[in-house]
Amino acid sequence: MRSTLVFWLKPFLARRISLFGLCVLAVIVLAALLAPWIAPYDPLSYDPIARLSPPGPEHLFGTDHYGRDTFSRVVYGARLALLIGLGVVGVALTFGVPIGIVSALFPRVGLVLMRGVDVLMAFPALLLALGLIVILGRGIENAILAVGVVYLTTTVRIVYGVSLKLREEVFVEAAVSLGAGALRIIFRHILPNLVSPLLVQASFVFAFAQLQAASLDFLGLGAPPEIPSWGNALSESRIYITRAPWLLIFPGMMIVLTAFSLNLVGDALRDRLDPRFRDTFASGKKG
Amino acid sequence: MLTYLAKRLTALLPTLLIASFIVFIFIHLIPGDPIYVLLGDQATPEQVEALRREMGLDQPILVQYALWLGRVVQGDLGTSIFFDAPVLSVILDGAETSVLLASITMVWIVVFGVPIGIISATRQGTWVDQLFSGGAMFFASVPTFWLGLYLILVFAAGLGWMPSSGYPSIFEEGGLANLRYLVLPSLALAAPNAALIVRLTRASMLDVAREDYVRTALAKGISPNRVVLKHVFRNALLAVVSAFGFTFVALVSEAVVTETVFSLPGIGRLVVQSILRRDYPVIQGVMLVIVMLYLCINLLVDLAYRWLDPRVRLT
Repeated sequence: MRSTLVFWLKPFLARRISLFGLCVLAVIVLAALLAPWIAPYDPLSYDPIARLSPPGPEHLFGTDHYGRDTFSRVVYGARLALLIGLGVVGVALTFGVPIGIVSALFPRVGLVLMRGVDVLMAFPALLLALGLIVILGRGIENAILAVGVVYLTTTVRIVYGVSLKLREEVFVEAAVSLGAGALRIIFRHILPNLVSPLLVQASFVFAFAQLQAASLDFLGLGAPPEIPSWGNALSESRIYITRAPWLLIFPGMMIVLTAFSLNLVGDALRDRLDPRFRDTFASGKKG
Repeated sequence: MLTYLAKRLTALLPTLLIASFIVFIFIHLIPGDPIYVLLGDQATPEQVEALRREMGLDQPILVQYALWLGRVVQGDLGTSIFFDAPVLSVILDGAETSVLLASITMVWIVVFGVPIGIISATRQGTWVDQLFSGGAMFFASVPTFWLGLYLILVFAAGLGWMPSSGYPSIFEEGGLANLRYLVLPSLALAAPNAALIVRLTRASMLDVAREDYVRTALAKGISPNRVVLKHVFRNALLAVVSAFGFTFVALVSEAVVTETVFSLPGIGRLVVQSILRRDYPVIQGVMLVIVMLYLCINLLVDLAYRWLDPRVRLT
């Protein structure tokens, strides 16, 4: 147990910036979980007298054009950010993993499925998401589904690539010659070996989902305006940015910090898990 | 080369057909009668009847698709509900802004992305590398619209160096000087994509540096700078070139947001406005044009790759 913990923590301890990423993520998760206790005000309560107040002791991050407390809205925004991230990763993995594995193990089906994935990849991410929003309608669930479909394609590609390699491995051949069925091969031999690459992929998808969802919110096609999200905050405040630059700084910084931290964590995990990068990491450390 | 081109074009055909089918089916997936989706609620019974006949809505879906494809091949992408004009001409109106924006952005990406990636790789592990790699990862995590708003706040509203929004055509009064309207948007659009190119250039340079021929070149006594330029960079460039197709897709995606932030009259903003106006024929038209463009650019990238790398040509 202890050695497993050391294995996972090593890349984070060796590189301080990765540790920083991990800590920021922990703070965001805590903010999301403890939002009602951390936020000093109700994120939805209006206070016309305190409109566009600059940051100060009463309102740490200032207030917006309705007099709503920006700090409280930023803290509550962490909830939606996590929900979007988890949802998008969930959609990408739930559909991406089976499609990738089936395509690799059954080449005839794979030919059709992978051609479909290739075609979907020809659609720019945001355009595909926007197209799906047009069909499904605006809303958090639909935003998750739309962005999830975008990253499903990259997930399928990774699962397909790794599964193709695993299919040729001696231990899989041995299992086949011993009479193991497809399901046994998938659950005993393929899936466990997919955990590492998928963990890395999940952290990057989580990061990109933040950016895509924020873009949808900004365009007014993501979460409904009454829900405190970082993208909505930026969208609503864009006409006030010269009078109240804090409305631009704080919600935007949260999006950047979340995506940046997730990318750092993803990089550290890849260094740990991908043997090719593990070597680079070791030689970099020596140097 | 010609045989290869013919082979690639044949392989492209099924992809083209599937992609166009997805774009075609888009209208049918929107809740409601496709006729009213295409004509809007104000359509007259005569218009409805005429379009129903033209689209062959009583025919099987594949026949409808064939009819639609036939019209598309002749350049008929339908009629915009909002503009009451052919979709193709509406798209072409926005093309100048979008093409210029994409071109200037590509210049920034190449000018900043590739050299910073090279410097980062040649100084692997030093503070320069850490600064550039960290910076690249930071910019890859920045939403384009946020960076755009920041640039407006600092360089347009604060310092007054650049205009904050809009773009008058270079063919109108002001001429080429109007390009200054595209400086801030292109920088906002370039930053995250240049960051990816920095990371890619660095990674592929380091990959190539481990190759045997690089060790051989160094062992022969060729100066390290020459080895980096003649052997490492030339080979690493291949990976970067092949990423340009992907970069194009990313640019188009982010241009939708950037053009909205800077109120540019381009195709990206047209998509967002068309969604808000429920002008579905325009959304369908833009999707089709962009997917076709992407497939063509990917083909060009493949051809360039083949031309640059003799190893691929021989296989």
